[in-house]
Amino acid sequence: MNIWQKLIIVAALATIIVVAGTIVYFNYVAKRRLIISTTSSLYDTKLLDALETDYEATHSVDIQIISAGTGIAIQHAENGDADLILVHAPAQEKTFLEEGWGENRKIIAYNFFTIVGPEADPAGIEGKTASDALKAIAAYGENLADQSGVTKIWASRGDNSGTHSKEQSLWKAAGYNYTEVSAEPWYGDVGQVMGATLTYADQKNAYTLSDIGTFLAYSKEGTISSVALLTEEKSLLNVYSVMAVKQTVAANQSYHEQINYADAMDFIKYLVSTETQQFITDYKKAEYGQSLFIGAVQPLKDDAPQPVVQWIKDFAFFNGSECPPQYRNGYPELYT
Amino acid sequence: MAVDIFASIIKAMELIISGDPELYGIVYRTLLFSGTAILLATLWGTPIALAISLKEFRGKNTIKAFFNSLIGIPTVVLGLLLFLAFSNGGPLGFLGLLYTGGGIIIGEAILVAPIIISIATTAIEAVDPDIMNLAKTLGASESQAVVAVLKEAVNGVLLSNLAAFNRAMAELGVALLVGGNIAGVGMRTDVLTTAISRYTQQGAFDLAIANGIILMLIVIAINMAVIVARKAKMLLVEVKPWVERIKR
Repeated sequence: MNIWQKLIIVAALATIIVVAGTIVYFNYVAKRRLIISTTSSLYDTKLLDALETDYEATHSVDIQIISAGTGIAIQHAENGDADLILVHAPAQEKTFLEEGWGENRKIIAYNFFTIVGPEADPAGIEGKTASDALKAIAAYGENLADQSGVTKIWASRGDNSGTHSKEQSLWKAAGYNYTEVSAEPWYGDVGQVMGATLTYADQKNAYTLSDIGTFLAYSKEGTISSVALLTEEKSLLNVYSVMAVKQTVAANQSYHEQINYADAMDFIKYLVSTETQQFITDYKKAEYGQSLFIGAVQPLKDDAPQPVVQWIKDFAFFNGSECPPQYRNGYPELYT
Repeated sequence: MAVDIFASIIKAMELIISGDPELYGIVYRTLLFSGTAILLATLWGTPIALAISLKEFRGKNTIKAFFNSLIGIPTVVLGLLLFLAFSNGGPLGFLGLLYTGGGIIIGEAILVAPIIISIATTAIEAVDPDIMNLAKTLGASESQAVVAVLKEAVNGVLLSNLAAFNRAMAELGVALLVGGNIAGVGMRTDVLTTAISRYTQQGAFDLAIANGIILMLIVIAINMAVIVARKAKMLLVEVKPWVERIKR
C-alpha cells in the first residue's frame, strides 16, 4: 500500500467515525429526542424553556427546540425535521393540515398583538383601532417631508412569520393593497425576528406590530423605549396552536420513520392539561404585571361567555372546530 | 438605547470569573466542534494539497483557483446547502446529522477544508523540489519522499490550521442552520456565535457580550500561542549552533 492510499484511508476513516459516532449516540446512548420547531415569541420569552424543564423532570425525553418563524417551522415539518410545531398563523395552519403534513391540532394559548411606537406618537394612533391606526400611520408617512426612503416610520418583520402574516391581514383590513404599501418609501422591511425588529423600530422612531410577550420583555429590560399604543381588540388577536407532524405524508408519498410521533402526542396532552394551562397563564405574570400568554383550552372547552372566546372561534377555527375530524387521528380525549 | 454597555461588560466579567456552567458549556462545545472539524479538514486537505503540488496533471491551476475561491464562500450559503442536504427530506437525511454536533463538525470541516488545501498547497510548492528528487536518489521510496517533503512544509500546514481554526470558531451560518442552535437541558448544539445571536434576540445583551468577549479571548490566545511557539522555535534554531560550539 502506498502513501496515497494510506492518506485516503485515514481521512475516510476519520469521517466515518464522526458520522457513525453521531448515529450511534442518538440511536443507542442518548435519550429519545423530541424536536419542536417553534415561533420566536414562545422561545424568546423563555416560556418554552420553562415548559421543557417542567416536562423533562417527569419524562425521559430530550426536548430540542428550534426557534424560527412560523414559515420555517412549517417547512421543517414538511421535511420531517421536526416532530411537533408550535405556531401562530391560522391561515397557514389550515393549508398545512389540508395538505396532510400534520394532524391533531390544538389551540393552546392566545394573547394580543399591539402596535408599538415612539412615546411622542407623531402619527397620533394612541387609543385608535388597528385599522384607523394603520391609516393614520400611512397618512403620516405620505406627508413626510423626506420621501427619499431614508426615513422609515413603519418596521415590518418581512420574514413570512406569524407576525408578518398578521401585519399583512391588518393592512388588508384597513383597505390597503399590501404589495403597494410595502413598496412605499416610508415602509421598512427588516427581515429579522421580533427582537431585532423592535430594536430597529426603536432606533428609527418607527412604528411596528409586535406580539405583547416580546415587547414586554424588551421594554422591561430597558432595551427599547417604544410604547404600546393600542388596546386589545379582535383584529389584534394572536392564537398559538400545536400540531403533531405526520409520519406518512400522502402528498408526496413519503414516510418519515425518524419522526417521534408518540412523544409529540404526549407533549400535546401535557400542554393542554389543566396544570400546564395554568402554568402558561401565570408565566412571568408577577414580573410584568400581566400575562404574556393566556391558556385557551379551558375557556374554549367551557364555551365561556367572554368575547375573546368568540373571537378565537371566528379567527382560528376551521369549519367550526379547532381541528376538524378528518385532521384528527386517535386521542379523542383531546376534543371532548 | 437604554442599555448600559459598561454594566453589560462588568456582568460579562462576573460570569466569566464565576465559572458560569452555561457559559463554559458553550465554550466547551465551540472548542470541541471546531477542533474536531479542523482535524477532519486537515486529514482531508493534506492529501489533496500533496497531490496538487507534487503531481503533474492538466487543469492543475483550475483546481487551485477553485479551492482558492471556495475560501470565501459565505457561511450562510454553505449552511443552507448543508441544511437542505442533511434534512430528512434531503439526499443525506438518512445519516441523521441535522441538529447534531456531528453535523456541525462535518459542516465546518467542509467550510475550512479549502483554506487548508490552499495554504498547504502553497507551502508544499515552496519546498525545494530537489528534496523530493534527492530523497529518491538516496533510495527513499515514494512514501518516504512524500513524508520528507511534508516535514519541510509542516510550518505552512500548521499556519493553514490556524487560519482554519479562526474561521471555524467565528462562523455562524453553518452552526446555526445545521446545528439548530439548540439550548436547554439535554443534548445541545449552541456554540459561542449562535449563542450570541440567541441572547441578542432575547434582549440579554450582557450574556451576548460575555460570549463575545470569550470568543475574542480564545481567538487571541490561540493566535498568540502560535506566534510565541514559532518565535521560540526560530530562537532554538539560532541558538543551537552556539550551544554546540560551547559544548566543544
